[in-house]
Amino acid sequence: MAIIASRGSPIGEALRPLPCLSDNKWLIFRYDRPQTAKQTPGRIASDYTLRIRPRHRLTYVNIKLIGHRHTLTTLATKDQQLFAGTLEGEQTPAGWTWVIRGAWTLDYYRALPTTLPPGSHSPEALDLSSLAALDTAGAALLGTLVGPRQLLALLDGANHPTARHLGLLRMVAEAQLAEPQPDHRRQRWLDAVEQLGILAASGWRNFLVLAGFMGQALATLAWLLPQPGRWRLTALVNQIHQTGLNAVPIVALLTFMVGAVVAFLGATVLANFGATVYTVDLVAYSFLREFGVLLTAILMAGRTASAFTAQLGAMKVNEEIDALRTLGTDPMEVLVLPRMLALLITLPLLTFVAMLSGIAGGAVVSVLSLDISLTRYLAIVQEVPVRHFLTGMAKAPVFAFVVALIGCLEGFKVAGSAQSVGEHTTSSVVQSIFAVILLDAVAALFFMEMGW
Amino acid sequence: MTAVNDDSDIAISVRGLDNRFGANVVHQDLDLDVRRGEVLGVVGGSGTGKSVLLRAIVGLIRPHRGRVLLCGEELARLSGARRSALEQRIGVLFQNGALFSSLTVVENIAFPLIEHCGLSRRDAEQLAAVKLALTGLPARAGTLYPSELSGGMVKRAALARALALDPELLFLDEPTAGLDPISAAAFDRLLLSLKEAFGLTVFLVTHDLDTLYTSCDRVAVLADRKVLVVDTLERVSATGDDWIQSYFHGPRGRAALAAAQQR
Repeated sequence: MAIIASRGSPIGEALRPLPCLSDNKWLIFRYDRPQTAKQTPGRIASDYTLRIRPRHRLTYVNIKLIGHRHTLTTLATKDQQLFAGTLEGEQTPAGWTWVIRGAWTLDYYRALPTTLPPGSHSPEALDLSSLAALDTAGAALLGTLVGPRQLLALLDGANHPTARHLGLLRMVAEAQLAEPQPDHRRQRWLDAVEQLGILAASGWRNFLVLAGFMGQALATLAWLLPQPGRWRLTALVNQIHQTGLNAVPIVALLTFMVGAVVAFLGATVLANFGATVYTVDLVAYSFLREFGVLLTAILMAGRTASAFTAQLGAMKVNEEIDALRTLGTDPMEVLVLPRMLALLITLPLLTFVAMLSGIAGGAVVSVLSLDISLTRYLAIVQEVPVRHFLTGMAKAPVFAFVVALIGCLEGFKVAGSAQSVGEHTTSSVVQSIFAVILLDAVAALFFMEMGW
Repeated sequence: MTAVNDDSDIAISVRGLDNRFGANVVHQDLDLDVRRGEVLGVVGGSGTGKSVLLRAIVGLIRPHRGRVLLCGEELARLSGARRSALEQRIGVLFQNGALFSSLTVVENIAFPLIEHCGLSRRDAEQLAAVKLALTGLPARAGTLYPSELSGGMVKRAALARALALDPELLFLDEPTAGLDPISAAAFDRLLLSLKEAFGLTVFLVTHDLDTLYTSCDRVAVLADRKVLVVDTLERVSATGDDWIQSYFHGPRGRAALAAAQQR
């Protein structure tokens, strides 16, 4: 059965205005009596006026027969000619003709034929006279089914196409012809091995780049030191303010609490040996040698390295760093050195704050729950040899150097987009924490072997 | 067929539009009609609110007062699925492309197809590859990320994404800005051929006089917070207004006219 628009206009033209109808407007066209009366529901007289009320794009939800209140939904979906497109092969005197019917559009994409039946002959002529609607999606599918070269060749002799359909088919087929579509790479098991190799190689390359960057920073520093006129004191003080002063509360609070936790831990374990008083030594030794500097460095890695990466990365995206270069200034001197020097100054100071604060945390626990008086606590702390304080402090500048340079280097590695800034910020935090802990472990081994 | 759709030849209708940001009034009582199937060029000095008008029409900013009808429907008053359905019928090419930086070019184009048409990823990416080829990009560009593309390629990829759902209305915000003259001319030709093939209605904000001469059916001039004049290019350039005279009859305007006449 066919829905035929009256006054001789083809269905395609009837469909075209549909998507742009508003909800309160009607598109009316006439429905001629179907050839086979069996398939029609109820009594349907010859000429009907259909009202199509579009809701979304081409929908046929609200098609009603006026006066009968039959929805045409079921009828319409049965009617392949108006709705989802079909492809038929026909043997004609001109050879195999492919008749393309219905709507070849995105809305019907899933109902369109995507493969040819086995044994189907390739077309020698095309009949586009029943093609109702076409967009790029349908045209692309036809191009794939017929083959773009074959389609282009057959279009000229095609039966009754509309100018727009012809133009669209030609354009899409030419586009398909111009560039063969790249074949999709399948994921294979061996890809995991490849990824591992890539990861290892890039890890090694990263390390070399970092080493180079450190050398470059030290060389710039050595060149800059004898020229006090070039020292950027304002930038340095600003960075000290941001990375040092502003970090004091969080460092102090965190280490105070860890100091209290270590004291509780010591009290619990040492009470079994009746050696509760050694809790004080535990807190003092651990904070002077390890925890003070380690906790501070890890905090700085999370707080400052990420800030450096984000600042420099945003400048990189905005081409500010390129602008600096073209203005004849060295980004290393202007951006990296103030940050590095600021952290070299502030991280030891913060480490000292952390040591004091951790010991204070231990003192609070000892006084309140272990019955060790404050004078006794301080007397025990004073007996700790000063070399433990020095071994702890000695690590601070090293950590500061590594954290600052990893943060800056990751900032310089940012490329192009805002997403890249995020990725490199994450990477800078992970790398600097890893580096700090690794260096601390190496230092612990070294100090132990040296008997310091 | 008797189509009872009296104003179906008007695709976009703007009535009494007011846009203001604080005390800064950008548009006041602005009226504009865009006919179905035409390319309307919108020109105006810097700060006359060309991009603001575009954003108000596609519903990205809520106007202070006034109505915008797209295909006879008021986007601002629709909600949920109805609004989404209308939005699927418009395509927008933003000034800097606005490609999603975390997706490859093909994934960018396939995104609306997967979201709205329920296509499988494979189908959607195949279709996306066709759109990519339609806009003249090589297939290998599809696997690149937006940050790896040149300016002209970004515009083409963004155009391919704007065309992904075969929209009826296409909004272009300075499509040829930042392109070299050869790419800009190619973009103009591409726009014309796509318009012919799809029957697109195009709302084109531009500063490019060559684009105006080659592509636009009518030109609207924005000035003094409203549309000064909308007409064919010949008639607009014959208008006596000072700004229009210096725009179309300055050295660049004359050069573009001469180039257009040679074609």
